[in-house]
Amino acid sequence: MGKSLSHNEFNVLLGALAKDYNIYAPARFEKQGRFSDTDIIRYRQVSQVEEIVWQAKSTYSPKEVVMPVTQTLFYFTQTEYREPETDTRPCLVFLRACDINGFASLDKIYLENGGTEDIYYKRLREKVKFILIECHTSFDNCFCVSMGANTTDNYSMAVRFGEENIQLELKDEQLAGYLDNIGQGNDFKPQFIQENKIKVNVPSVAEMPDWIYNDQMWKQYDHRCIACGRCNTTCVTCSCYTALDVLYDDNCQVGERRRVWASCHIDGFTDMAGGHGFRKENGARMRFKVFHKIYDFNKRFGKHMCVGCGRCDDNCPEYISYSNCINILNDRLKEGEKASV
Amino acid sequence: MCNNHLKPRPYRLLSIKKESFTECTFRLECDHTPVIGQFYEVSLPRVGEMPISISGIGSGWLDMTIRAVGHVSTAVHTLKPGDNIFLRGPYGNGFPMAEMEGKHIIIAAGGCGVSPIRPIIEHFYNHPEKITAMDLLFGFKDPSLVLFNQDIDRWKEKFNTIITVDQSCSTWEGKNVGLITEYVKQVKIPDFQNMEVIIVGPPIMMKFTAQEFIKHGVASERIIVSMERRMSCGVGKCGHCKVGDKYVCLDGPVFRYDQAQLLID
Repeated sequence: MGKSLSHNEFNVLLGALAKDYNIYAPARFEKQGRFSDTDIIRYRQVSQVEEIVWQAKSTYSPKEVVMPVTQTLFYFTQTEYREPETDTRPCLVFLRACDINGFASLDKIYLENGGTEDIYYKRLREKVKFILIECHTSFDNCFCVSMGANTTDNYSMAVRFGEENIQLELKDEQLAGYLDNIGQGNDFKPQFIQENKIKVNVPSVAEMPDWIYNDQMWKQYDHRCIACGRCNTTCVTCSCYTALDVLYDDNCQVGERRRVWASCHIDGFTDMAGGHGFRKENGARMRFKVFHKIYDFNKRFGKHMCVGCGRCDDNCPEYISYSNCINILNDRLKEGEKASV
Repeated sequence: MCNNHLKPRPYRLLSIKKESFTECTFRLECDHTPVIGQFYEVSLPRVGEMPISISGIGSGWLDMTIRAVGHVSTAVHTLKPGDNIFLRGPYGNGFPMAEMEGKHIIIAAGGCGVSPIRPIIEHFYNHPEKITAMDLLFGFKDPSLVLFNQDIDRWKEKFNTIITVDQSCSTWEGKNVGLITEYVKQVKIPDFQNMEVIIVGPPIMMKFTAQEFIKHGVASERIIVSMERRMSCGVGKCGHCKVGDKYVCLDGPVFRYDQAQLLID
């Protein structure tokens, strides 16, 4: 079912939905950007269409709806482990096709890997319905088409935002009641980006040859990469975390166990008690991340982890291009093949 | 309601035995039997969690030998018998015990790496008829860090045992000094088919010891290693122990060396 709504009508719809759902969308946080007088766009709860930034790509991904930056696992009192309460309200999340596909990568880790489900992730994830934001244009650094993540049919509603009105497609019958008396009926279907300026050639090798792990190509990242981890934190598919216990200042008998986002680029990610650690060079960390996104994950789960949102390239303070790195890797593998013939 | 895999259970601490100035063996009351080579996430509320392998398995109890080296392991050393210790697990695959039967077993272990192989030795000490022979090759940093002295004295009676220390001192009663790799050649291997080599220790020790055995004619698929990685979960979610397409907590910690070689950090 399709509908065309004015902005006012869309706000009536959001108002009705807000009674039953927490609504998350990319919103502008003014002057919180990386440079002076720049903004940051990230996810928060919204109630008005004017709050939703649909004209630009969000700086951070929507993953924090299901994977908060910091999440309490247990509260401790003496030796009792008590699980925190979870907000039981269902969620609607406005997001793009790449991000919907990114959630499938997160699901592989948190709901499938090792045959166990992460209960904290599951509790948040199963409450989520997706509202697809149709992309009018391919943004800087996007390469979703190369990753096959430009399209999706996994959404409850799809929305084409416009200055004049908003077109939507409803797929989820549970949401139909909210639209009964609003807008004009039509046969709107979302369109998907068919071409990006950036094109990535993902190497199609069954096994990475040994030599590529120590190839010269990674050396350039040893010094260019400053191991800030911004590529990981903005990535919709990076799912690693570190658990840590904290004590409350006023009573050290009481505290909590939390998990916080972790990053394979940041110092200490592999450090063990006693001093052993792996991947000391930043170039090796770049190789580890790139291989995970376009090779290791696929080998394990049969789909690429990376969805080509390009946020890593948008946000790298050293202007390192991950998409370019994949193309360099593909070229190096081809050169290597020729050399070995 | 699904199971919360991150929630630990309390286990009563039965006894604590000092092994060296920095290591103790903690014996816990346990209602199940893990596979030899598996590990647990040891959890202390308000301190943290750490993965620890099993150094002994008995009827109703299990041992963990822990070196006080990080903040959780140091805190564990403040516990007393009768206290509760919290565990999640057992996790990981464990050693292929059935595949070792009827074969010549060679174990090379360094430092704390002796802990996870102790149950293998005990198993075949109690069932020597299940293997054709066993050679033990242990390396420690210095004489004060030699673990399981009384056990080793017992094992010596049944198995060829070589102990070496990296740095000797006046109290060192043994004759062997130097890295474990230097003593690989002393192990007699009559049949390269019907044998298994098990190597556990620091990453660099496992790599060079495996290379030494390969140099002496052992096939890489006849070598078994147990890997150690940082872990926050033990159930394949936190990502710290991922190497290649494998997770050490799920697919390991025990790997055949021909597979382990392909896992490049």
